Amino acid sequence: MIELKNVTRRFGDAVAVDRINLTVETGEVCVLVGSSGCGKSTTLRMINQLLPHSEGQILVDGNDVTAMNPEQLRLNMGYVIQGTGLFPHWTVARNIAMVPQLLKWPRERIDERVHELLTLLDLDQATHANKYPQQLSGGQAQRVGVARALAANPNILLMDEPFGALDAITRENLQLEMLRIQSQLRKTTVFVTHDIDEALRLATRIAVMDQGRIIQHDTPENILRRPASVFVENLVGKQDRGLKLMSLHTVRDLMEAPPQPREPEPGADGLKEDDSLRVALSIMLWQNWSQVPVFNADGQETGTITRDRIIQEGA
Amino acid sequence: MRVWLPPVMLTVLLCALSAGMPALEPLFEWMQPDKQNVIYERESFLFLLQNHLMLVVISALVGTVAAVAGGIFATRPAGRDFLPLVSQIASIGQTFPPVAVLALAVPVLGFGEAPILVALILYGLLPILRNTLAGLEGVDATVRQAALGMGMSPFQVLLQVELPLAGRVILAGIRTSVTINIATAAIGSTIGARTLGDPVIAGLVNGNTAYVLQGAILIGMLALTVDSLFEAAERVWDRRFLPQTAG
Repeated sequence: MIELKNVTRRFGDAVAVDRINLTVETGEVCVLVGSSGCGKSTTLRMINQLLPHSEGQILVDGNDVTAMNPEQLRLNMGYVIQGTGLFPHWTVARNIAMVPQLLKWPRERIDERVHELLTLLDLDQATHANKYPQQLSGGQAQRVGVARALAANPNILLMDEPFGALDAITRENLQLEMLRIQSQLRKTTVFVTHDIDEALRLATRIAVMDQGRIIQHDTPENILRRPASVFVENLVGKQDRGLKLMSLHTVRDLMEAPPQPREPEPGADGLKEDDSLRVALSIMLWQNWSQVPVFNADGQETGTITRDRIIQEGA
Repeated sequence: MRVWLPPVMLTVLLCALSAGMPALEPLFEWMQPDKQNVIYERESFLFLLQNHLMLVVISALVGTVAAVAGGIFATRPAGRDFLPLVSQIASIGQTFPPVAVLALAVPVLGFGEAPILVALILYGLLPILRNTLAGLEGVDATVRQAALGMGMSPFQVLLQVELPLAGRVILAGIRTSVTINIATAAIGSTIGARTLGDPVIAGLVNGNTAYVLQGAILIGMLALTVDSLFEAAERVWDRRFLPQTAG
């Protein structure tokens, strides 16, 4: 758990972060969102003390960060930044092994862990482990960045616009990847972005920041339904709020499910349980379907969903 | 191993030339028929070569340690304020002519090797310091930020990240400094240091071009040899730390 109590950061006379209070519960993803210069990155970097705070108190699992050795504090926090910050003179494997090496793990345990992480992040041991960061694509490099952050199994993950420099398709892939990994590992995560869609997709709770203050701290659904101010309303976008709400829920939430899944008819078209309602509606409108079967990950038919129900209850 | 071939061959050639200079007597006699002595014999060329090299190596070692330490200090958060001062001191060392340093140092340190060592160290600082600063400043800020953020101590960042990444540039600075100093060391002969400048000075005093030529050829050869040694070292460095850019 991370607690910020009345935390202020000044740069000279300028106030970058103004008396903010924020609690990030264990296992949740807290996304700090706002335009550039709003203090979100500063807030993140105060948590691992790359920037000392001017006033207030920051507690990590109940301990005041100023009382801890900064290296010790950071070794227990995975850190992912935009542009990866991978070490260009080290191979992918050695980059990932960085923190375990600092913690002096035995050789075999490190090798095993690197292999595990390469697999977790869908990187191939044979083709990627001995490459250098410059030889990777942007998406691959950021996967390695995430793997490096997870290497010593930290409780906390700090991510500073990690996917900001990637193209839209790669970014979406990595976001999905992150959701998958987070559902397995349940790290306490603080994630900084200026992209509201990314925030809505990844967050358990979103903290909207403006001019060094937190304007609203709430679940994605509440941010969309009850924006606290005009600023938040503009940030989330007034017009497509309905569609954004739909993208928060999956087909599984609104489908009619028979008691037993059954084998589908061969060649049947349909949706997946994990598709968002927004995707479902889009497909159904395009194909002009009013009702469509839903399949689970194993390809079994687990239910059906109707267009009317999505329109009535989706947003 | 092939990278070491040119420096080894040049070293062999240099030693052979130093040891076998008398064998070239007919050539020098043909150039200067009016002189009785055409081969410099007051001191063996091998001894002069050795002493010359020693002066350069000692000054390079001291200069490197001082300049790299200064460069590291000036790029740390605590030393940032001294950055302009440190570069100024090095610039003064470079602009001050070595001959003037000798003139000033002789009354204090006496004749011999000491004044020329001082002159060489001062003269060699700037290229190394410049490159140390450039190399360290050139390390990608996100890399340093990531290293710190992941839990490395500032000292570990310096040793494991900054110096390996800046080392190639620092090495190039040492190369420049040493090459310049191989030529500069020869003026030490004017104040009694034994260097390959001896035959050059003697030749100028006696109007014996053959002497001048012998000293100059060996100094030039030494510079070539040491330069190719650095060339090889840089290639090895690339292979060790920047393998993806090495062809």
